[in-house]
Amino acid sequence: MRLVLEKRAERSQPMALLSPVIAIALTLVTGGIIFALRGLDPFHALFVYFIEPLTTSWSIEHLIVKATPLALIGAGLAVSYLANVWNIGAEGQLTAGAIFGAGVPVFFPEMQTPLTLILMLMLGVLGGMGFAAIPAFLKNRFSANEILTSLMLVYVVQLILDWLVRGPWRDPQGYNFPKTIGFSGWQTLPSFQILPPSIGPLYVNLGAIFAVLAAFALAFLMGRTLKGFELRVQGVAPRAGRFAGFSRAKTVWFCFLLSGGLAGLAGICEVMSTVGQLQPGISPGYGFTAIIVAFLGRLNPIGALVAAFALAISYLGGESAQVALGISDKTARVFQGMLLFYILACDSLILYRLKLIGPARLPVESRA
Amino acid sequence: MNELLSIILTIVTAATPLLLAATGELVVERSGVLNLGVEGMMAVGAVCGFGAALMTGSPLIGILAAIAAGVLLSLLFGFFTLTMVSNQVATGLALTLLGLGLAGLIGEGFVGQPGAKLGKIVIPGLTGIPFIGPILFGQDLLVYVSLIIVAAVSHVMFRTKTGLIIRAVGDSHQSAHALGYSVIGVRYLAVMFGGGCAGLAGGYLSLVYTPQWVENMTSGRGWIALALVVFSSWLPWRLAIGAYLFGTITILGFSLQAIGAGIPSQLLSALPYIVTIAALVVISGNRALTRANTPACLGQPFVPDR
Repeated sequence: MRLVLEKRAERSQPMALLSPVIAIALTLVTGGIIFALRGLDPFHALFVYFIEPLTTSWSIEHLIVKATPLALIGAGLAVSYLANVWNIGAEGQLTAGAIFGAGVPVFFPEMQTPLTLILMLMLGVLGGMGFAAIPAFLKNRFSANEILTSLMLVYVVQLILDWLVRGPWRDPQGYNFPKTIGFSGWQTLPSFQILPPSIGPLYVNLGAIFAVLAAFALAFLMGRTLKGFELRVQGVAPRAGRFAGFSRAKTVWFCFLLSGGLAGLAGICEVMSTVGQLQPGISPGYGFTAIIVAFLGRLNPIGALVAAFALAISYLGGESAQVALGISDKTARVFQGMLLFYILACDSLILYRLKLIGPARLPVESRA
Repeated sequence: MNELLSIILTIVTAATPLLLAATGELVVERSGVLNLGVEGMMAVGAVCGFGAALMTGSPLIGILAAIAAGVLLSLLFGFFTLTMVSNQVATGLALTLLGLGLAGLIGEGFVGQPGAKLGKIVIPGLTGIPFIGPILFGQDLLVYVSLIIVAAVSHVMFRTKTGLIIRAVGDSHQSAHALGYSVIGVRYLAVMFGGGCAGLAGGYLSLVYTPQWVENMTSGRGWIALALVVFSSWLPWRLAIGAYLFGTITILGFSLQAIGAGIPSQLLSALPYIVTIAALVVISGNRALTRANTPACLGQPFVPDR
């Protein structure tokens, strides 16, 4: 008996929709087993992990805070991966964006006008784009593998950040802590109340609004424009794309600048809101988790927006499980990795069906 | 003279984990599979090797545990990419994310514990020879093992039928299948070999290089190993030269740091990554070199038709 795959006559539409649901279910089952093995009541543990973060308006605010960078980066990565451009270095582009934008308050601490906000956000985007331009250039000019170059650059920029906040950019009044001055006023993102106090006051910052706008804008781009068609063709059928005269080099540039810019925006939004200053460790691996977001969201920008919430729950659940159950918050990363495995395997079932077959038989020759 | 000797010895220990992981990946890629999970398998290998050595007190058992951990994780990768034909690039990334997470989780209790270190060998009469003795006859066991693996891979890959089959599977899985070879079977074995090597490389880090467990102690070495495979254009001996060159540059960076040349230490720490990018650029720019040896089916899924 062995398990084999058989190609379906056409892609299974129900499977395409069900695949992320099955993947999440499998992750929960595996998670339950892991909890049970550690001597915890699996249902209680899963409840603490995945349901409790959704129960209060306070935790929903936190959920949105965590989902924002994931959705921003995930949407850009979804477009890139769909076009077969493998930007793995979003974590680095996020850091570069944060550094560039943070330059404004570091060099002009007194500048407090709306222009400060706009300038910081723009520099954040440019920083991410500029940093993403390196692997794009190396890919187009020297055909250097973009997966490896973009990933190596993550380490480089994180070391640059470390150097800046310990060296030239360190807050002189900061008791030698590795951080810049704290940001305030127009150097931070404004918040908006989106639900009235009667339902439970709910505030979101400007970053969350950017994330929603980006998702819908990219969904329009992919679904309704020639550019989107061009990108999709290059992903599904690269040869057809070449014959159609679509420039591969331009696509590589476009995808890296887009996903890098969004990652940079996510980075500057993080330091302008949650973090409030530049310091080492501004992101708990958002740039890498966003890879999972992109795949869980079916490489669709709106899908990525939804998937960002699923992954944000795993971050929050990890924190609350650490407090309530005494299990490490590192479990979250295991869950995230497992989830990606399951999605990818379930995606195979869109094109193939699983079949259990008996021992191999020799084909019967015609004896006539 | 003594300083030069110690620099050479540290270069060897810096190069060995890269060489081990990269040689494994070279075989995997020669069979047509791209496993981007090297970093994750190394991390789990490192933590399992460290844990097993800590519990049993035997670094040798630690090494075996590291290999086993790498093989297990690679089987997971093999099942998903070969049996379930999932996207190899994405699954490799998933393996890295999962591996780093798992390693952090398993290793929580090990942080700060003193580990068991695999010592250097001593051959009476030979190791004592000044300068040359410690370099040729006084390394730790795994240095010799890594070189033997390179020699063996080089021999098998280019001088035996087995190697011909592996390369056939990697260059044209349809033809290999038509000739009656089990493409999936060969790829499973190659992936497991790669996993074992990556696990061993991880074990080297936590049992020899720095005998302790620190989270993220692999610090991108798995990715550097992947780059080395491209750099070597899939040739084992060129890979060995690359790994040692790489070790040399890394250690020179550290030495500069020790001298205090006025360069920020972070920029020197970034040197290995920058050098990796530079190496990729130089080698990838040379079309003739890469085209000749790149396995033609690298990263492509295979589903046998019946």
